[in-house]
Amino acid sequence: MDRIIENNAAIGFKESIKQTIRPAALLFVVLTIITGIVYPLVTTGIGQWLMPKQAGGSLIEKDGKLVGSTLIGQNFTEAKYFWGRPSATAPYPNNAAASTGSNLGPLNPTLAEAVKGRVAALKNADIDNSQPIPVDLVTTSASGLDPHISPAAAYYQINRVAKARGLSPETVQALINNNTEGRQWGVLGEPRVNVLLLNIALDNATKTSAR
Amino acid sequence: MFSNTLVQVGLFLTVLLLVTKPMGLWIANVMNGNCKIINRLGAPFERLIYRTLGTNPDTEMGWKQYAIALLLFNLVGVAFVYVLQRWQVWLPLNPQHFSAVSVDSSFNTAISFVTNTNWQGYSGEVTMSYLTQMLGLTVQNFLSAATGIAVVFALIRGFARHTSKTIGNFWVDMTRSTLYILLPLSFLFAIALMGQGVIQNFDVYKEVSTLQPTTYSTANEAGQLINQTTNTQTLAMGPVASQEAIKMIGTNGGGFFNTNSAHPFENPTPLSNFLQMLAIFLIPAGLCFAFGMMVGDRRQGWAIFSAMAIVFVVMAAVAISAEQAGNSILTASGADQTVSVSQSGMALQSGGNMEGKETRFGIVSSALFATVTTAASCGAVNTMHDSLTPIGGLVPMWLIQLGEVIFGGVGSGLYTMLIYAVLAVFIAGLMIGRTPEYLGKKIEIFDMKMTAIIILVTPLLVLIGTAIAVSVTSGTVGVANPGAHGFSEILYALSSAANNNGSAFAGLSANTPFYNTLLAFAMFFGRFGIILPVLAIAGSMAAKKRIPVSLGTMPTHGALFVTLLIGAVILVGALTFIPALALGPVIEHLLMVGV
Repeated sequence: MDRIIENNAAIGFKESIKQTIRPAALLFVVLTIITGIVYPLVTTGIGQWLMPKQAGGSLIEKDGKLVGSTLIGQNFTEAKYFWGRPSATAPYPNNAAASTGSNLGPLNPTLAEAVKGRVAALKNADIDNSQPIPVDLVTTSASGLDPHISPAAAYYQINRVAKARGLSPETVQALINNNTEGRQWGVLGEPRVNVLLLNIALDNATKTSAR
Repeated sequence: MFSNTLVQVGLFLTVLLLVTKPMGLWIANVMNGNCKIINRLGAPFERLIYRTLGTNPDTEMGWKQYAIALLLFNLVGVAFVYVLQRWQVWLPLNPQHFSAVSVDSSFNTAISFVTNTNWQGYSGEVTMSYLTQMLGLTVQNFLSAATGIAVVFALIRGFARHTSKTIGNFWVDMTRSTLYILLPLSFLFAIALMGQGVIQNFDVYKEVSTLQPTTYSTANEAGQLINQTTNTQTLAMGPVASQEAIKMIGTNGGGFFNTNSAHPFENPTPLSNFLQMLAIFLIPAGLCFAFGMMVGDRRQGWAIFSAMAIVFVVMAAVAISAEQAGNSILTASGADQTVSVSQSGMALQSGGNMEGKETRFGIVSSALFATVTTAASCGAVNTMHDSLTPIGGLVPMWLIQLGEVIFGGVGSGLYTMLIYAVLAVFIAGLMIGRTPEYLGKKIEIFDMKMTAIIILVTPLLVLIGTAIAVSVTSGTVGVANPGAHGFSEILYALSSAANNNGSAFAGLSANTPFYNTLLAFAMFFGRFGIILPVLAIAGSMAAKKRIPVSLGTMPTHGALFVTLLIGAVILVGALTFIPALALGPVIEHLLMVGV
């Protein structure tokens, strides 16, 4: 039985390649059109029709101009703003046109040096603060664009931000709570604070109190 | 914290278990043409396709003919993806005006996406036009997954049939798996992802004004560092959701953006993350059930499923606890890695090793994802594997090296696991001195030769490839981290390529002619060097007579067999790779705890 099949195949090897190349190419073309053109275009159509905001990048508009996306972190270094996750993108942090992580191994001395530097910067900006520094505030995110910090990392910065803005710590704490999301469905992921939204809220609050 | 870990992992396993049977029923029915709705709706369209091809869907192929069709079809894909990248500069849908991709990178990427590896030497948002992403990469995400399903169905038919010369029609298998399994699932999943915030558009990259200006230093033309200030941010755009969906459903793993599923536009919420993990295991788990159904004994499918699930749970537990325990160097540098909870019971921080992780995922959703994506041959990442703790990084690397059989790739996971099942009954047969048989088929010399090739081909590619890369300057120059970790980067790259995973210890600069060529070679032979002997076994099994079950038959659906199967997988994986792992992550772990 085995032998018969093998003989048939041996006779027809060249012939069977010739016979096969045409359907192979044609099927490739047909499936490419369906999965590479029709499918992405129909998906785009549905996205633009049913959820244009999400499909467009969850952009934030302020006074008629685009100021960011709720999903993409920005770089903050001034005392009056909450700082986000450190970012390893080049040439500047939070470059949303070229995402990357640091890819530093756990024992790489460069990692330890970088973390020490960030710890020092946080302490310099807030000399009286002796709380432990949450790990997410001094380690780079995977994407370099993480829009969130942990609630602990936000609480750590309350006094610095409140002092720089002349707001009460309670006001700042309330703004943090407004911009904190819990675990999704109470189970998935981790609680987190959206840094850009929090900082926009802070700017608005400072404007109002100045008036 | 601990309880939330259990709930998150438990929820994932429960939902996976719930979808396995319906998924398996659907797959088996549409592939065998037994689904009435599909027959009514799809049949006219299917007939049109077969008429265009000039083939008769009822004419089946022997294994050699099937293999020729599969190889030619995939080679057409390689050529097309290569040319598309080289020509993208002259083609439409290139709003960022990206130039042609280099020869070696185009070649590597073409092989990578056709072999379902989706290793990425390039960085998506600065290299590939929208046209290349959808017409080249998205298409191969579908077709490489469909190829996997075709091969596993050929093998299952081999076991299910007897005294048959044929194992199916490749064109029919490709058409049905693409149209009825991958396409509808991806479409639904893409819509769900968009709902969570995954982008889907053809816009030019968007410039936004940032709240605070950023000062940074760059080198000018003369090479001096100069300070520059920017108060804008450019947001990369693109048709992401459609590609993201099939990237997970097809266990492909090639991200639209450089940072893959860590990028907030690819994976914006914990829910999208949960769905992505589920999507990776969906078809591989369903196929186990479909297998049991088609060989006429559902317990056979559940036995395979159980073996996979047990190894997966153990590995996930190790990875999560290693990442949660954190990195002692970070604590020494002044970071607080302890879990903290507010008075009201809300988690304040997940703690642990957060280098290379996203806040929304924390430790559990990141470490679980890393386990899922390497148990299956997906290779999408939501955390930077290069920055995992030594043990946290060992788990994904070893899962890849086990041959991607813990659920594994779409189709490829099950067909390789079934070969391990053949190996397991062979070993058992040697122990009790009986002719080994599996599912009523006698395992003979030819089958064991092919099995030996399948078991040996990827370890050879990994170990010899690593040996070459660490011996030449063009190999070691790409290493980003010093010491044992640098070796791990190379070992991981070769393991990932040869086993068609595609994730990386991404510090390795792999977009060089040396690595692009070496890894393309590993990917190609790691894929087709297994598929061909699997099809040979399929042909050999189909031709055999079925032996009736007797008292001497070893049952292959009980706990004993599950243990044997796990034993075979772990034994081969451990014997082959523990020496290499000892030089990488194991040394690194000892150094870390010794500090």
